[in-house]
Amino acid sequence: MGMTITEKIIAAHCGRERVKPGEFVYANVDIALGNDITAPLAIQEFEAAGLKRVFDPERIALIPDHFTPNKDIKSAQQCQVLRRFAHAHGLKHYYDAGRCGVEHAFLPEQGIVVPGDLVIGADSHTCTYGALGAFATGVGSTDLAAVMATGKVWLRVPSSLKFNYNGAMPKWIGGKDLVLLAIGKIGVDGARYQSMEICGEAIEFLNMDERLALCNMAIEAGAKNGIIAPDQTTVDYEENRAQRPFKKYASDPNAAYTKTYDFDVSNLEPLVALPHLPENVKPVRECKDIRIDQVVIGSCTNGRITDLRTAAQILDGRKVAPSVRLIVIPATQEIYLQAMREGLLEIFVNAEAVVSTPTCGPCLGGHMGILAEGERALSTTNRNFVGRMGHPKSEVYLCNPAVAAASAITGHITHPDEVL
Amino acid sequence: MKGKCWKFGDHVDTDQIIPARYLNTINAAELAAHCMEDADAGFAKKVKQGDIIVGGDNFGCGSSREHAPLCIKAAGVSCVLANSFARIFFRNAINIGLPILECPEAVAAIKEGDEVEVDLEKGSVKHLGTGKVYNTTPFPKELREIIAAGGLMNYVKTVAAK
Repeated sequence: MGMTITEKIIAAHCGRERVKPGEFVYANVDIALGNDITAPLAIQEFEAAGLKRVFDPERIALIPDHFTPNKDIKSAQQCQVLRRFAHAHGLKHYYDAGRCGVEHAFLPEQGIVVPGDLVIGADSHTCTYGALGAFATGVGSTDLAAVMATGKVWLRVPSSLKFNYNGAMPKWIGGKDLVLLAIGKIGVDGARYQSMEICGEAIEFLNMDERLALCNMAIEAGAKNGIIAPDQTTVDYEENRAQRPFKKYASDPNAAYTKTYDFDVSNLEPLVALPHLPENVKPVRECKDIRIDQVVIGSCTNGRITDLRTAAQILDGRKVAPSVRLIVIPATQEIYLQAMREGLLEIFVNAEAVVSTPTCGPCLGGHMGILAEGERALSTTNRNFVGRMGHPKSEVYLCNPAVAAASAITGHITHPDEVL
Repeated sequence: MKGKCWKFGDHVDTDQIIPARYLNTINAAELAAHCMEDADAGFAKKVKQGDIIVGGDNFGCGSSREHAPLCIKAAGVSCVLANSFARIFFRNAINIGLPILECPEAVAAIKEGDEVEVDLEKGSVKHLGTGKVYNTTPFPKELREIIAAGGLMNYVKTVAAK
């Protein structure tokens, strides 16, 4: 029996020829990640255990991105914990406000995580890096503390589900729609404890931004990781980016899968996930009378340059509906700068959108766009749980950047074709 | 452990267990004051030391915030029973020493306010109203070692000492 890409990466990181689903292993970690919410707890655990040294100061990334720029005194204190720890231990990958961005956009962009890596992050959307062909999974703060000390993590080798996307990608469809399609099919625990392996001809034509958006939401199906085997697109993306040599893994043709799902995307419509679970997926045309108060374009799912270009294409020369606040958040400083150079930010501001500095901000109801009671947001983020973006009686609908931009103009959920 | 049960539905996410608006602290007592707030606004005031949370499928889905199991533990909850747990919540609970058990038969039989007795070693849940005992598979050896050490950091120290 052959091995999947996930099994191969895990085996390579625990010095084994092969591993089998269900086995417990202690695996070596290439990069361990924490943010301003999860790392303070990890640092507290690390110090309470009397640990003095991190396993490798070049392998730990601390990214303050959730409540930054510091939204209040308590958040500032949390960030201070990160800053002090990073300086005390000489961490190579600590980046303060103005130098980083949303962690899952920033780390691949800077080549800090690379194909073939085993990445552990104290953030559930760590699964994003599967788009590069890395094994990347979210854990909690105590796991991060243990990894910071030992460089190892306990893992149960996941079994794999295969998602085959066939057909040519229609206009206005992105990685976001492909992953919503899968979540709508299998449900928010349909891939629980398992790996989601993404492949098919439609994937071959996706650029890296779209692949990152897709793998980002593997956790929304309960998956341990989402992964796409590296190809030429991956190699091109890593050129002048990868900070370390990288390795390309691929599944064997006779690898074992719990189940295979086949999707034909050629007639796919943009999708919307209705409150309060990402599995409540409907085509955009079935949601068209739903009025919205706020639109957010950004986050570790859809805050990359491809997303901003799509949104700008629709917003160019138009105005946001008077009843709507549009908030655009480039996910990193580099994306912000690129959007500025291309004139995208000017398009957004002329359309009467707020353009924010990079932050997770409103996605988790942190800051920069909190919802009042009874308000409804349409957002390119990844979660629409109860109270996710503010008041427990507010609502979040999820969609791709094209639908978000078109809907911001009309004030209700809208297919981009109706605007452009 | 023995306690009164509080029932919740399927897919209780970590945003309901501890909303992100309270995540600007890691103080366990502060977090506990908002435990389960967006699922049941009065929960933190009602829950008593030793009580048991009973969830449905995929309990603790969503964010990786360890503040979720931490606030449940700090609120005095002695154990969480569910049909299944989301994987990061599962890891976090094991790592910080919050007792959890997947036991769908017991979950189906338990009603809000029922009292049960949980034996983690045996992996059993006894319904104190009916006297019926529900058995489930205990955790694998590797996890029992972490639990026995009193959580992952203690385990790491033990391993490091060897």
